[in-house]
Formats: sequence, structure tokens, C-alpha cells
Amino acid sequence: MPDPSIRISGGRLIDPANRIDDLLDVCIAEGRIVSVGAPPDGFRADIELDAGGRYVIPGLIDLNARLREPGEEFKATIDSECRAAAAGGITTLCCPPDTDPVIDTPAVIELIRHRAQQTSAARVVALGALTRGLDGERLSEMAALQRAGCVGVSNALKPLASTYIERRAFEYAATFGLTVFLHAADTDLSANGCMHEGHLSTRLGLPGIPEAAETVAVARDLALIQQTGVRAHFCRLTTQRAVRMVARARFDDVPVSADVAIPNLYLSELDTIDFGADYHFIPPLRTQEDRDGLLEGLHSGALSALCSDHQPHEADAKLAPFPATEPGASGLDSLLSLTLKLVEENHLLLPDAIARVTSGPAAILNIPYGELGVGRAADICILDPAATWRLDADSMLSQGKNTPFRGWEMPGRVCYTLRDGRIIFNRDDS
Amino acid sequence: MNTAGIQVRADGRLRHFLSTEGLTRELLTEVLDTAESFAGVTEQTVKKVPLLRGKTIVNLFFEASTRTRTTFELAAKRLSADVLNINVTASSAVKGETLLDTLRNLQAMHVDMFIVRHTDSGTAHFIARHVQPHVSVINAGDGRHAHPTQAMLDMFTIRREKGADFGRLTVAIVGDIAHSRVARSQIHALNLLNTGDVRIVAPRTLIPSHIESLGVRVFHDLREGLRDADVVIMLRLQRERMLGALLPGEHEYYQLYGLTEEKLSIARPDVTVMHPGPINRGVEMDSRVADGPRSVILQQVTYGIAVRMAVMSMAMQENHTAQDIHA
Repeated sequence: MPDPSIRISGGRLIDPANRIDDLLDVCIAEGRIVSVGAPPDGFRADIELDAGGRYVIPGLIDLNARLREPGEEFKATIDSECRAAAAGGITTLCCPPDTDPVIDTPAVIELIRHRAQQTSAARVVALGALTRGLDGERLSEMAALQRAGCVGVSNALKPLASTYIERRAFEYAATFGLTVFLHAADTDLSANGCMHEGHLSTRLGLPGIPEAAETVAVARDLALIQQTGVRAHFCRLTTQRAVRMVARARFDDVPVSADVAIPNLYLSELDTIDFGADYHFIPPLRTQEDRDGLLEGLHSGALSALCSDHQPHEADAKLAPFPATEPGASGLDSLLSLTLKLVEENHLLLPDAIARVTSGPAAILNIPYGELGVGRAADICILDPAATWRLDADSMLSQGKNTPFRGWEMPGRVCYTLRDGRIIFNRDDS
Repeated sequence: MNTAGIQVRADGRLRHFLSTEGLTRELLTEVLDTAESFAGVTEQTVKKVPLLRGKTIVNLFFEASTRTRTTFELAAKRLSADVLNINVTASSAVKGETLLDTLRNLQAMHVDMFIVRHTDSGTAHFIARHVQPHVSVINAGDGRHAHPTQAMLDMFTIRREKGADFGRLTVAIVGDIAHSRVARSQIHALNLLNTGDVRIVAPRTLIPSHIESLGVRVFHDLREGLRDADVVIMLRLQRERMLGALLPGEHEYYQLYGLTEEKLSIARPDVTVMHPGPINRGVEMDSRVADGPRSVILQQVTYGIAVRMAVMSMAMQENHTAQDIHA
């Protein structure tokens, strides 16, 4: 069946990459955008989508989403999470390599791609493992992973055995122009910590993760990025100091970028006060000053992307004493709304906020999505900015219902999501 | 801290005893007064009372303990309760049963109270959130977080030794504050009882970040910290601290922070020396101090029974009035 031609008319088109924010129609044929503004001569739409009063934006790109498949299908599946993503306006998910088995061979990539295609919801791109089995010691076959479609390499949350290994891994990745995605944590310093080291960790007697666990790692990584010339990306920074270090490096033209996870912009260590397992994150929620620093970095562009850090869990994973619970929150359902909420709370301008979840992550991943230029794949989210909804287990489509934002009033409701010109989500009442 | 909400019933009475933090001075004083009524006229006699007859109390210990478990057991028996000792490290945990499953299984046996010790901070809170409405939870130590009955028996000891006016007291807590749940609970209790000056004394490696926010003055020099102190509480130093590069060794620790008669002379002449036990003689303190006239270390153990009786009876108070307890 050929893809239908679609006209989206009457909406406010916001396309930060092309600096467009205007009432413009979009026409789509054969999966691609064929016009922005006046339709091409003789264009006939099979489907007309009325976007009056709505925003028309590029489909969101989530830089860090754990899909739990293969390996932990009791938490979530590619099918469940790609559908949840589509309902949340997300058209591309980037999954880190810490699946089981680890993404260190083309076969695992193939499996993930095959599953995602069967779902025909959001698209999945993957990071390959930097070291075999993420063991931190033996280099993975990065060229093979790249040929198989990996958009970058990463050791996920696992440490590298030494700075020597890190240097060689960076050099080898740089050979193929692969971006290295880094979790900045000095594991000697973070040790068995489960929350930010500060007055609350002292009060609760919980092992803390000091700020220096992040800043020491960023300093070391930056030195090796400069030494090797590899292109690198810091995933989910949590501290004000680390953001400033990255901003300074970017100013000095070091090929580095960074992102922040949504929970760190709304929550802080103080939320852990009752040992609430929904507030258990690795890397952890930091201080309110750090939160301000992250918002500042997001505003200035030092942090060029915003991700959900999606980690769906089964209910039991959070039903234990705090240190024994699994960290992370399910975030696909709320990524778009919590991004819009930053605009509502005057932290970001609307086009900048949208850029951080579209063109920003696209540039980091070096993938041709996240913008609405003519000729691009038609990845589009149409949303009603005036509608609000409440986040709870019933409204969440992700298989993981673990979220610290339960009960929050969310601004903005997705009406349609299109990927490659196909409607992959259509809210019944829209 | 929001722990008052879960610890206290709507009418202000104690339901769970999880932490000294978040409670009121009135409640802590009630614990001390109630313990006093159990302790009897002479230190060594503790009356057996039928307050908890027919109640089942489970000592649920996920971490090894002799002293604390024994005193809880004795306290429960003197309240005429049935006591079940469960050492979970040796049973369910090994079989892969979750903590919540263990709890549900025990609850199905109609238990009225859990006394919980666990290596993870927050465990007692977690259990308190998941028990049936009639079940009470007493924290017998969770990670580095809290050990409230130990703190209360220390307060009881101080009150016996120094009188009820904590406002004029200077109390110095010396040693491994960072890893000590006892120290945290003591600090909160001392501040709730309006203690004039709460000091902690240790090298920086043994002091957790932002400890001043709990309401203490920090000293690194033992002599300065002991000056004019009315009470000195020495904390146990675990041997593994030497491996974690927190200290160079026991020798230097004893030189700097070990309590000797000579150093003790800087404190007030009537200073009281306490230790939650077990003591490392020659590490935290000289035997002459531990066994000396100012030491009340063994009294602390004795008082532990009365204080635990007080806490247990207060938490199970629903079926009888306060008068019954004090009778």
C-alpha cells in the first residue's frame, strides 16, 4: 500500500532548525515533506488534517530511552514503548547498549530494528557498546556496529577499566567518526551511593554520590576528548559545575555536547525526603542550585538536548527499601508535556524548548530528522497546546508506571503523530 | 522531615517508632517518663506487667545483633507479649523472597508489632508504609539512618545522671559519625530536648557532609571538643574504616580521638562517659575510662530494657489507657 498524501492545514508550524514559527500548511507525499506553505502544483491530499489552534512541530527525538528488549521484557517491550513514544509525540528513540545481550554485535541491532519495524510506531536507533559486553576492557567491533546502523557508541552506565582503555576506545571510535556517548561518573567516588551527597543524604543515612563523581569524570573525559579528537557527548549531566565545564569546552571548540534528563529540571535531592523510591535516580537528583545551573545550561544551549532518560520498571522494582530499589523513571509519556511546562514556567522560549527535543538531539546523533524542511522524512507531531491532562497509571501507555510526576497536571496533548508520513498515533477525540 | 506523619496517630499518640527526628519533645519526654515507671525504684529491677498479653511481636533482624535483639526480646517478655525471633539473613532472603513477601507472610500469622533491623537506610519506613493498620513498627537500626531506641536509652541515661534540664548541658559525641545511625538519632533527640550545646568530634573523613544542618557544632580536636562537657558519648569504630582510607590506623586514631583519663580531665569534673557498645578497648577509649567511675556504659544496657518496654507499650497503646501503663 503506497503511503497516502497528507495535508496538515491551519496549524502553527514551529520548526526551530529552519527558524520557522508561523501559520503554514505542510504537505506530505511518499513519506516526505513536499511543501511548507503553499502546496506543490497539482497536489491532491488523500488525508486532510485540520490543525487549527494546534502546534505542528517535528516529531520528538528521545536521546536516551531504555526499551528493555531484549532481556527484560517483564519491564517493557519494544512494542509497548514504541507505541507509548508515538502517543507522546516521539518519532525517534535512541536506546543505549545495556540490553541483555548487550548491543555489541550486529545481530542484536538487527533484532531491535526488526522488532521496531513490526510495531510501526516510533523509530528506534541504537548506540553500540564501546567495549565487548560493556566489560570496560576489550574494544567492541565498532566498524561492524556502525555498518549495522549504530548511531554512536557508549559504555552506558558501566565504567571503563582505566584511562588507558578510555584513550584507546576514543581513538578507535574516532577512526570511524563515531560519537562516544558518556555517562560521567567516577565510580571510585560514586561507589555504592544512591543519592546526592549532601545534607539530606546525611540526614537519611543514605550513601551519597558526591558532586565530584561527575566533575572529576567530566574533567578526565574532556582531557581525553582533546587528546584524541573524538566527538563526544555527555549524557544526563546533573551538576552546575559540570555544565559550566562543558560550556567552557564548547567555547574552546572542543567537539563535545551534553544533555539533561527531564527529572533533574523539576526535582532535587529534597524530594527524596521520605525515602520515596520514585525519586531514586542514577545519576542522582542534585541540589536546587544544580537544578538552576541545568536550566541555565539548557537556556544558553550548552545543554543542547533534553531527554526522558526513560527507564520503565515493573512495580516490584520500586517496592523495597530505598537503596535496594532500581533507579530511574518511566518518561516517554511525559517528555513533551514536561518540555512545554518549561515554557509555561518561563525557563525557555517555545522554539528553544522544541529545539532541545528535536533538532538538538538530531544534531548530536547526526541523523536527518528533527526538522520540517522540504525533502525531509515527514516526522511530525500535532498537538493541542491548550489541552491539559493528568499523568497517572491509566493515562500512561508505557508498560512502566514508575514516575515521580504521578498526579501532575500536564500541559499539551498530542493529537497526531506521523513518522515517515504515516499516522502512527491518532487520538480518538482529536 | 515528614516522618512525624507516619510515626504518630491522628490523636498524637505514637504508632511507629522509626526515628527520633520529626517527633515532639512531649513524645520523647513521655517515652522517658514511661521508661522511668518501668525501671522501678532500683536500677536493677524491672517489673513484669501484662500490658501486651496476647500480642505477638516479631524481632525481624536482617543484620546480626546480639545486644539489641536480646534487650528487645526481654522487654517484650516483661510486657507479657509472645516473641518470635526471625533472622532473615539465614532464611527467606537466601531463598529469593522479597522483603515485602516476608512481611506479608508474617502478617498472615497475625503479628501485632515488628521490631526491624536492616542494613539499608529507610527499611523501617518502608515496612511501616506496608503493614496493616493495627501493626506497629519499631526501628532497631536501619543502615546509617536511625537507631531511635538506642538514642532514647542514652537520653534516659543522661536524664538519670544529669537531671531533666538538658538546656544547661554540653554533650560531645566522639568518633565515626559518618557511619553511625546512633549518632544521628542522638543528635535529633538531644536537639528536641533542647540540649544547650551538641558537639561532634572526629576527623573530617568520619564526618558526613552538611552535618551542621542537623544542629551540631563540629570539632576536629578532641581536647577542644571535651572542654566543659557534661556528657561524652564515644562511638564504636569499625575496623573496616582503616581499609576504606578513612583513617591511617588505630594507633593514630587512639592518639588523637581515644578517650583517656588525661583528656577526660578537660571535661567537667562530674562528666558522664557513655558508649553504645560494644567497646573497642584501646581504640575508642582506655579501659581505665571504660571501667572508671564516670562510665555508665553498663547502666545504658540495663536502661535499654525499660526504654524499649516504654516504646513498645506506647505504640501498642490503643487497647489500654496511659494510666494502665503508669500504674
